[in-house]
Amino acid sequence: MSAPVPTHCPYCALQCGMHLVPLPGGGAEVAARDFPTNRGGLCRKGWTSAALLTSPERLTTPLVREGGDRRRPLVPASWDEALERVVAGIRRAQAHKGPDGVAVFGGGGLTNEKAYQLGKFARVALGTSQVDYNGRFCMSSAAAAGTRAFGVDRGLPFPLEDLAAAEAVLLVGSNAADTMPPFLQHLAAQRERGTLVVVDPRATPTAQAAALHLQPVPGTDLALALGMLHVAVVDGLVDAAYVAERTTGWDEVRRLVLGGYWPERVERLTGVPAPDLRRAVHLLAGARTAMVLTARGAEQHSKGTDTVSAFVDLALALGLPGRPGSGYGCLTGQGNGQGGREHGQKADQLPGYRRLDDPAARAHVAAVWGVEPASLPGPGRSAYELLDALGTPEGPSVLLVHASNVVVSAPDARRVEQRLDALDLLVVTDLVLSETARRADVVLPTTQWAEEDGTMTNLEGRVLRRRRALDPPPGVRSELEVLAELAARLGAHRFSADPRRVFDELRRASAGGPADYAGITWERVEAGDGVFWPCPDEDHPGTPRLFLDRFATPDGRARFVPVHHRPVAEDRDAEHPLYLTTGRVLGHYQSGAQTRRVPELAAADPEAFVELHPDLALRLDVQEGEEVRVVGRRGAAVGRARVTPTVRPDTVFMPFHWGGAGRANLLTNPALDPVSRMPEFKVCAVRLERVGAHVPAHVPVQGAGA
Amino acid sequence: MTRVVVVGNGMAGARLAQEVLARDPGGRVRLTVLGAEEHPAYNRVLLSDVVAGKVVLEDIALPRAEAPHVVVRTGTTVTALDRDRQVVVAGGEEVPYDVLVLATGSLPALPPVPGLRDPGGALAPGALAFRTVDDGRALLTASGAATRAVVLGGGLLGIEAARGLVARGVPVEVVQAAPHLMDRQLDPDAGRVLARSLADLGIGVRAGARAVEVLRGPDGRVRGVLLDDGATVEADLLVLSAGVRPCTALAEAAGLAVDRGVVVDDQLRSVTDPRVHALGECAQHDGRVYGLVAPAWEQAAVLAGVLTGTEPSARYTGSHEVTRLKASGLHVAAMGEALAGEHEAEVVRFHDPARRTYKKLVIRDDRLVGAVLLGDLATVGTLTQLLDRRDPVPADRLSLLFAGRAPAAPADDDPSHLPDRATVCRCNGVTKGAVTACWLAGARSTADVAARTRATTGCGGCRDTVDGLVAWLRAGDPESTDAAPATPARGVPA
Repeated sequence: MSAPVPTHCPYCALQCGMHLVPLPGGGAEVAARDFPTNRGGLCRKGWTSAALLTSPERLTTPLVREGGDRRRPLVPASWDEALERVVAGIRRAQAHKGPDGVAVFGGGGLTNEKAYQLGKFARVALGTSQVDYNGRFCMSSAAAAGTRAFGVDRGLPFPLEDLAAAEAVLLVGSNAADTMPPFLQHLAAQRERGTLVVVDPRATPTAQAAALHLQPVPGTDLALALGMLHVAVVDGLVDAAYVAERTTGWDEVRRLVLGGYWPERVERLTGVPAPDLRRAVHLLAGARTAMVLTARGAEQHSKGTDTVSAFVDLALALGLPGRPGSGYGCLTGQGNGQGGREHGQKADQLPGYRRLDDPAARAHVAAVWGVEPASLPGPGRSAYELLDALGTPEGPSVLLVHASNVVVSAPDARRVEQRLDALDLLVVTDLVLSETARRADVVLPTTQWAEEDGTMTNLEGRVLRRRRALDPPPGVRSELEVLAELAARLGAHRFSADPRRVFDELRRASAGGPADYAGITWERVEAGDGVFWPCPDEDHPGTPRLFLDRFATPDGRARFVPVHHRPVAEDRDAEHPLYLTTGRVLGHYQSGAQTRRVPELAAADPEAFVELHPDLALRLDVQEGEEVRVVGRRGAAVGRARVTPTVRPDTVFMPFHWGGAGRANLLTNPALDPVSRMPEFKVCAVRLERVGAHVPAHVPVQGAGA
Repeated sequence: MTRVVVVGNGMAGARLAQEVLARDPGGRVRLTVLGAEEHPAYNRVLLSDVVAGKVVLEDIALPRAEAPHVVVRTGTTVTALDRDRQVVVAGGEEVPYDVLVLATGSLPALPPVPGLRDPGGALAPGALAFRTVDDGRALLTASGAATRAVVLGGGLLGIEAARGLVARGVPVEVVQAAPHLMDRQLDPDAGRVLARSLADLGIGVRAGARAVEVLRGPDGRVRGVLLDDGATVEADLLVLSAGVRPCTALAEAAGLAVDRGVVVDDQLRSVTDPRVHALGECAQHDGRVYGLVAPAWEQAAVLAGVLTGTEPSARYTGSHEVTRLKASGLHVAAMGEALAGEHEAEVVRFHDPARRTYKKLVIRDDRLVGAVLLGDLATVGTLTQLLDRRDPVPADRLSLLFAGRAPAAPADDDPSHLPDRATVCRCNGVTKGAVTACWLAGARSTADVAARTRATTGCGGCRDTVDGLVAWLRAGDPESTDAAPATPARGVPA
């Protein structure tokens, strides 16, 4: 047996440390590794992650449509043939529509090197502005709110170990017990002390671990936060000295919460009893150190940015950010959700978390890339807007998808399918034949995490080394190789396929930017437990804790942002009398493209399900385990009923890990946040029907009239 | 451009300005708000917090709608309105309108008790109403010097005032003419429970007692109140909180239809003149005049949609009234048809005076139409949602009276009581049965079990449980060399 290779789990943003032990017959075995984020722990996704390395469903050869005809099956092809089809399609689209005729869609699972290279590939090799990624669907609202308050967005501006020093924690819209189980170790102190407060419309395992669970109506977290701020003001819990010294904009926010968000009004908006609201605020304010953490539950709304701003305002009023053992943070979801949003695969950004509309940023990055600043396109469409425009007269007619399964993960999935089908060319690079790859014209097989080198940046802003533990199967190429080859065939050079060289280029491109990696080397990352950005030079120790002295705003002060509650984009009515909310289960990750192919995980949760309250089940005569249809304004999805009191009687829950008829995103609402362009995944209006009781429309009913 | 003039800068008028501004940032509507009071609009809901000393008066000013096309003029009393010429008269000035909105609110109804007023009509020194920000200011000043206070009126505001005064160290008695407190919202049993809660806080309650005379000292100052039962309540501070009456004089003088309030349709439009609207406490919709903030704000949203043309067909269909007492140590919620009795609807009640708890549900056609919660508000959020959204109530009515918690794991750490299918380690999906099987296959420690099942290797939260299971299995294993008792509580599952 070979020596264990220290690396990290391929899934969520916690990036648990693990060892991979290559096996003689191929594949590898996972072994525990003590790392600060997980202290040796792994959930079942991590323990079983190596199963996919040797999965029979693994793609090992490019696939193309027989005869280039979308209606005919995908068949194996040589790399040369597949890439030539891609290049020909790109050239055709560019000739017809110009550079923006080709679009690129990336993912928060890509390494920093790949995310960087994908953005550069779009702007330099394709010259297109049409590049965005699925991180837009993840933490973009928190990123926008963090930037406007603190001047920079780093999910956690402190290491996870600091959580132990927080006497109280408010966790908003996070079911960490299922989404990143080893994270719960960091909440042990608050659980023991009875100072963990969880806000969630569902009584999730995380909420059940809390001393106080606030269970608002879906889509009302913003009002809840403003109500908490109101209590802080009226009950004299605001840290006036901190507010005076370290913030701006308090007066307006103070006036706003006093004017409209007294607890009894908020109680009516949110369904959270005013006494519970008060208790939560006193619990936080009574602690010497406290943290406010948000996640997708607060963020995936058409008002997600404002919702996070309200919780940041609360944290600021209580004097938390920038103090040891205290603060505000966002629990980033995807494996490289943090790094993925820093290096230029986002429609409005350049590497180093620079802005694409900033002339100085353009000049800096263009110099690193050896191109004229003027040649860089401007900001393009955001993720959903990009998908929505595909194949339209104004939109791109070619799409390259990397590390994303948009047919399952994007909102209003049926619309997304229609747009993909309207493309002239869809190219998907993936490990397996995902639902999106199945619709592609060209599928390119790529390496897995255990077969490649690179870096990831976890939810703490800690840059980590992902290490190659074994050779990829023959026929498979890394995404860097694919991009380098495509760029070369398109006449653009200087695209290295070597991750280390790409990282060194990324360091130069990020130098001087908010997410400055200039001083981070692979050696430094390996020598310690990673390096925290910003790290402007090789003598700099990195920055585990931000904001201790100043915030990253021009005046060094954090900015209160005045925000108001507003209703959900799609409220329930007589025809659709229930809310649908979506989320994850412990055993699956994102669209499930990987985890559904791990036998042990698939066995634990084999198919889509719908959680409903016993009262609702009784009313609709739905039995546990029976198939039910969830019907919304954009489509319907089917799943097995799970009757549980953990969900509100006015709400049903569906996880979004499955394709086909069980797709929760057939229902979700693509109403976008005006700032972050985040879709409203977390709430839309639906009704529930029994599948068994339903007569399909195409079955003629005997004796029915004409 | 439409010129909209709003008469009244209280919670309704100010909210309307905010709602218009939010819908019409470009200024298709030119809005002028005329407020009689010198100070900006304030949040009256927080007046009790001011009296309780939690915030100061300056804090409760409402955010001002500020834009070139929204003008708020304070200290401007409207004295007349001329509907033919479409102008309102304020201090000799004429302000023209295309659309007029009356948001004149209401004034305290001062009981006709002898001694309360001087011949000139002024209140006796030591007596004051509790309604406006000026009242609040006066009450604060007076409470500093007062030794005993009496509150006339045992409604929401009267109780909040009493609570604030007692918090400031002033002994208080509440005199309520009706047989019990908050008689508009509470039935007699609930009113009595509330009175006991007040007593616990040191607030005396005299219900069913009418003040027949305000007693005054030689200096003319209030020294007490004589009640109709002959008793005297000594007090040097008298707070009047005996209801309100809508301010409709302008509307009446202008010939608009006025019943208790200005009569309006579903678009808050006067039934007499389509160019005049009314909202808030001066308006009467579908026979009802609302005295709470929430209905006024709901009306403001509808009217703003109509006036700005953003929702020209918006309709106001009435509000569910939810009354929430804002007074620390008192937990009171009353909503909808809270007074309904058994003959009118299905009524579910829980009455526990000793614990100062009273709960009532009023259900009709499987929908919640009213409720009362005293003492314990754990289900108040659920109830208001049910009332507002008209969702069907659950078959198990008790869950609406007592907060049901999601079934947590029972506080039973005896592993033998767990079923085999019970999940022990969530992170890795390990059941008790799997741990047992692991033991039978030779595992003899938590570490062994962890190595074979991965239990405890996620968040580590189940370590104690697995340790317990292993100890139990060891104790029950006849082949174990461990000195622990050979027979477990129950046999080892085969």
